[in-house]
This record gives sequence, structure tokens and C-alpha cells, in this order.
Amino acid sequence: MAGGIVEKPSSGVPVRPARNYLNETKGLKNWLVTLDHKRIALMYLAAVTVALLLGGFWAIVLRTELLGPQDVILSNDWYNRAFTLHGAVMVFLFIIPGIPASLGNFMLPMQLGAKDLALPRVNLLSWYLYVIGLVFFLGVLFLGGLDTGWTLYPPLSSGRPVELNLIFAYTAVFILGFSSILTGVNFIATMHKLRPKGMTMYKMPLFLWALYATSLIQVLATPVVGITLGMSLIEHVFKIGIFLPQYGGDPVLYQHFFWFYSHPAVYIMVLPAMGVQSELIATFSRKHVFGYKAIAWSSIAIAAIGFIVWGHHMFVSGQSPAAGIIFSFLTFWVAIPSAIKTFNWVATLYKGAIDFKAPMIYALAFIYLFGIGGLTGLFLASIANNVHLHDTYFVIAHFHMVMVGSVLTAFLGGIHFWWPKMTGKMYNETLARICAVMVFVGFNVTFMPQFVAGTRGMPRRYANYMDEFTVFHQVSTIGAYILGLAVVIQAIYLVHSLFKGKQAPPNPWGSASLEWQSSSPPDFHNFLDKPIVMGAYDFENWEFVSEDAGYVLKKEVIETGKSLSTVH
Amino acid sequence: MSTVAEAENKHEALPARPKELAMHFDNLNQQFTTGKLGMWLFLGQELLFFCGLFTAYAVYRANHQEMFHYAHYFLDWKLGGLNTVVLLCSSLTAAWSVRCAQLEQRKGLIITLALTFLAACAFMVVKYIEYEHKIHIGAVWGSHFGVAEANFPEHLKEAYPNLTAEQLQQMGTGSFFAIYFCMTGLHGLHVLVGMGLYIWLLIRAIRGDFNRKYYGAVDNVALYWHIVDIIWIFLFPLLYLIG
Repeated sequence: MAGGIVEKPSSGVPVRPARNYLNETKGLKNWLVTLDHKRIALMYLAAVTVALLLGGFWAIVLRTELLGPQDVILSNDWYNRAFTLHGAVMVFLFIIPGIPASLGNFMLPMQLGAKDLALPRVNLLSWYLYVIGLVFFLGVLFLGGLDTGWTLYPPLSSGRPVELNLIFAYTAVFILGFSSILTGVNFIATMHKLRPKGMTMYKMPLFLWALYATSLIQVLATPVVGITLGMSLIEHVFKIGIFLPQYGGDPVLYQHFFWFYSHPAVYIMVLPAMGVQSELIATFSRKHVFGYKAIAWSSIAIAAIGFIVWGHHMFVSGQSPAAGIIFSFLTFWVAIPSAIKTFNWVATLYKGAIDFKAPMIYALAFIYLFGIGGLTGLFLASIANNVHLHDTYFVIAHFHMVMVGSVLTAFLGGIHFWWPKMTGKMYNETLARICAVMVFVGFNVTFMPQFVAGTRGMPRRYANYMDEFTVFHQVSTIGAYILGLAVVIQAIYLVHSLFKGKQAPPNPWGSASLEWQSSSPPDFHNFLDKPIVMGAYDFENWEFVSEDAGYVLKKEVIETGKSLSTVH
Repeated sequence: MSTVAEAENKHEALPARPKELAMHFDNLNQQFTTGKLGMWLFLGQELLFFCGLFTAYAVYRANHQEMFHYAHYFLDWKLGGLNTVVLLCSSLTAAWSVRCAQLEQRKGLIITLALTFLAACAFMVVKYIEYEHKIHIGAVWGSHFGVAEANFPEHLKEAYPNLTAEQLQQMGTGSFFAIYFCMTGLHGLHVLVGMGLYIWLLIRAIRGDFNRKYYGAVDNVALYWHIVDIIWIFLFPLLYLIG
């Protein structure tokens, strides 16, 4: 093992291939027409990072405005625009496509042992649709923003005189929806059709099960929001009277349609995050994941239950009390598969050899934040509590715990985990750990006070507030600054590592899913040799060599081509 | 040296890959079934896409039955029926084109593809006649709705001689036409997309791209065309035949 770099652990050849997917062809044009899922994933990663920074910018602006009870830096009109843009950009452009389209796109074929996604052209098309959506949103920004709230409820939105920025916003979400649908179609087709011999569904890493469940929702729920916003666009321009009461339409119908998508969309966001979480917890505990099938099927269960709970967004919108009670009851069901996952992760940690690498710190933060986000979800699911807490900061804190506390930490954890594989470079571990802790602390400092402010009656979407809430808002803003700073530092050291980082070994973490049998960064065709198919958590097949060489496959595994694991 | 020679031998021993086979598939069958699964998933998405409109239809019809009843007199079931027949025939030729592709009957393939395309054109022409008439008399969406009594269809006048234009408007008949134009308009857009796809297939068929092992595009477009047909099969009775 001279030089310590093992290019193909399965053959034990100690060379690093000169060619990989990054330098296979050169030039911007080759990137823009590439059908390679790995390149498209990186292009997605760049695009969603732009969206994250844009949405994060508005978050910081909002929190700064809320430092004092009266206007600080924004007029009330601009406050409305700031929270609309923050919400819309974060939801539609960052959280929904974030993990599946970047990390999922890269890892799905590799974890299966396949060469590409099933429909590479569709994959590229979905990236272009995403970018067109992004451009439309930037157009909204340059046209003076949008102040309807990200949910675009009529009559406030479509009922006003025709506005170009609103047309742009509807178009953007419509197009982004199709980008998301195409990703889902592609993922499902890939998992059914491109699994090589020996790679059964139950050998797939749990990340892929999570992506499968996500894709189901993308395909079945997203078209509904597509048609809803399509109709809203037509209604806004032609005043046709489907959702607008002044023309005989029904605005509550819009809310039903909107949440029929947008509640399952929460699971489009969080399921891939849970998938990443399963990989991180198992790898850094060096233990076969506890309750594999339970975690796998709980993903599907969350996707299924997610379709029948949308009415809990409308407890005070004038839906019938009977419907409210039914939706309240059904909403509690979501807690069951979520708890199954959480307990299984904790059980995986038990007696594991825990390694506090940066991705693991994110994974532990996830358990804590998702725990609070999930449990407060139960408070809100019970209809009697909800009526009091509706549209307060308690709700804000709750869904940020899930959508940011869980999804953002898993996204960042996943980026750090797969960074060596994707780029072939190691980042600065010390800085990464500091930032992981900063994200965790900053996040709690931001949102814990909001729970308290919410229960004391601080309503959401208000630019000004009563003096008694000042302290909560100020603490919250400090937390947001810490969180923002951590993200900026990360961006800096990750980009720095691209140029100055240490060369990464093929498997720096000892993870057992198939992508780690490829070189770092992988070959254009993903694997030079067929990978040895094994269970995704058969860590006993890998042994640690050195810091530079990382983990390599054990000799007997290479010789027999079989996993040493007895856990199945 | 020996390893290089071995590798070359190994390379020669591999069966030649058909030129239609994409890099990431093992064989044409896998490629075909993958494309087909992708298309089925996309069609599932299409159903949900239209479901929004069907739900809106159901909600408004349940709440405003009388409005739907009066409004349906403005639709001509004969033209709708004609379009139903046209689309059913085109579905037949679409299915036939798949069979022709499977049997490598190039001439038959070109004819059936062309016929499907022409049927789609015919559908759009009839659609245009219907739309043109409705917009002309003012049977349109939302608050724009306003049909003078002189323009009432004959059988509406016969059934309700005392009905005035004002009554009809106040009933919210515009909402029916909002739904009518959204549903048939979206369906019409799908027909237009289908026409584009059939032109693409025609060009490829004339070029001779398809053979008995490689005809996935013909099959998938036909599947798409069938769903366009099926949606119309539901739209026709729900909109035209509700009297």
C-alpha cells in the first residue's frame, strides 16, 4: 500500500487514477450539456447553495429588523417582502430540491452500483427547469419583490390588479414543481431498473429508501400544486373565478389544494434528511444500523400518512369542525414512524464506537432538534392547542426545528460526509467541528426564545411588536447571526479545500455502502471494476490503514467477493 | 504486456453493443422497460395534475348544481361527440403504430403516425370552432361572462322561456366556464404537445430509427396519447352530457 492511496479497494491496486469525472472533459460547454449524474449533482449543489445564501440573506435581514419593537431597518412593506422572499426561496429553491437533487443525484446510482440515473436527459432537463425557476425568482426580486407570504393565498395574491412579479412567482413555482417531479420519476425508475445483480431492495442504504419515499411524494403530490398555481396564474390574469370570492370562487379550496401538496412537501424535505441521518449515525457508530427494515418502511409510512393530514394547516380557515377533528387525529399518526426512526437511531448509537467527526456532530444535533421539532408538532396537532398557537411564533419555531434544524443540519452533515467522495479533497476537520457546534448552538439560540414568545402571544409576520417581546427577539437575532456566520465560514473552508485540501482516500470514514468502493473523486463511469455487492452497513468488511489511506476492504472480502457480515 | 493483451481479448469477446443502447444499460430490454416505467410514472403525475381540476369541478358542481345545469346548454354535444370519435380513432392508430414498429413495418408505421397526427389536428380544429363560438357570444369565464338572450341556444330557450341574461349571470355561470376553459384548455395543450411528439416520431420513422428491439419512443408516446384520450373520455360526459 505504498503512498497509502488505494484506487480500487476491490483489486487492491495502489494507484490513483489520473482521470475522473471532474477532468474527463474540460470546458464550460461540456458541463452544461453533460448527462453525467455526478456533474449534474454538482451543478445542482452550486445552484441550491446560491438559493440557500439568498434565502439566508433575507433571514438575516428579517432578524435584524426584529431587533427592536419599532422599525429598525425596514419599512413595513419591505418587511412583508423580506419574509415572503425568505420563505419562498428557502422552501421552493433550497429545502425541497436541496438534498435529493444534489446529494441524492450523486449518490443514488453509486450506492446502487449503477453507472448513471435511469433517464440522464430527464435529469439534465430537471436541472435546467430548476435554473429557469431560480431566474424567475431573481426576476421577482428585481421587479420589487413579493409581499403575499410564500403560500400565495388568494385573494391577497391573485385578487390584486395584474402584477408582473406575481406572474413570475407563479411561473417559477410551477416550473420548479416539474423539475421536482422529473427528479422523482427518475429516482424511482433507477431504483427499480438499475439495481445490479445481488443488490436487493433490502441491501440498499437507508438513504435510498428515504429517496424512494421522497420520490413517491414528488410524483404524486407536486402535480397538484402545479395545477393549483397554474390556475392561480390564469385567475390572476383573466380573473376567472375559481379561487377568488369576488368572482364566485372559493379561497378555502385554494388552501386545500395548496396544502395537499405543501404538507407532503414537508416530507419531501425531511425524508431525504432522515436518509442522510441513517447513513451518518451508522457509519460513525461503526455499527450495523439498528432496525433496518423498520427504518426503511417507516419512510414509506411517513410518505403515505403525509397525504392525509393537510387539513391541520386550516384549523382556523373555516373548514368544518368535523374535518378539523379528523385531521387532528390523523396528524398524530405521523409521530409513529418518526419515533420509530428516532428510537432506531438512538439504539444504533448504543454500544457503538462513536467517532465525533463533523458529520456525526450534525447527526447528533439532528436527533435533538428533530426530537423537539417533532414533539412540538404533537402540541400543534391537537386542535384545542392549535387554535391558541395558530399563527404565533410557536409555529414558526416548530417548523423551523424540522425544516431547518433537521433538514439543514442533515444537508450540511451530508455535504461534509460526501465531500471527499464528490471532490476528492478533505476539508479542515477542526474548523468543520467548530462550525457544526456553532450551527447547533446558533440554531437553539434562535428558535428556543421563539417558542416562549409564541406561547405568550407573539404573532407571526408582524414587523412591529409589543415591548415585552423585545428580549426574545434580540436573543433570537443573536442566534441567527451565529448560524449565518457558521454557514459563511463553512462555505469558505469548503471552497478553500477544493484548491488546498488534502487528497482524500477512497474511503475516509469506513462506510460500507458501495460508493466508497470507488475512487475519490469517482471515475466517469462510477466504478472501474464492478463493486463487491454487500449490505450497506457491513462495516466489518473494512479495516483502517492510516489517516492518509483511510479504510480498505479486507483481503478475504476481495478474495471471496463476499461480505463477512452475518447480520441480515 | 500480457495483462494488456488479455484485456484486449476480453474486450473483443464482449458482444457488440447496439448503437441505440445507452452507456448505462446492460441491454436493450432493460433500456426499454426503464423508459416505459418512467413514462408510467409520468402518466401517474399527469392524472394527479388533472385531478386538481376534476376536484374543482366536483366541488363547484356539488355546491351549484343548477348553474351547471343551465350552463351545459351552451355546449354542443354533437361537436363534443365528434371530437370523442376523432380521439378514439386516433388512439386506435396510435396503438397500431406501436404494432407496426414491433413488426418493423416501416410504411405502416409512417401511415399510422401520420393518421394519429391528422386526427389530433382535426380535434384541435373542432375545438377552435367551439371556443370561437363561445367567446363570440360571451360564454366565457368568471365576471367576463355575459350572454345576451338573443344568443341563448335554442333548446335553452325552449326549456326555460322565462330565463333572463341577468339571472344566468347572477347564478355564477362564469365559474362553470372558468372550469370548462381550464379543463378543456389544459387538455388541448396536451393535444398540442402530442402533435409535436408525433411529428418528432414521424421524422424518426422516416429516417428509419426504429426496429423490433428499439421502438420505446413509439410505445411511450402512444401511452401518453392514450392518457390524453382517457382524460377526454371523462371530460366529455362531465361537461357536455350532464343535462
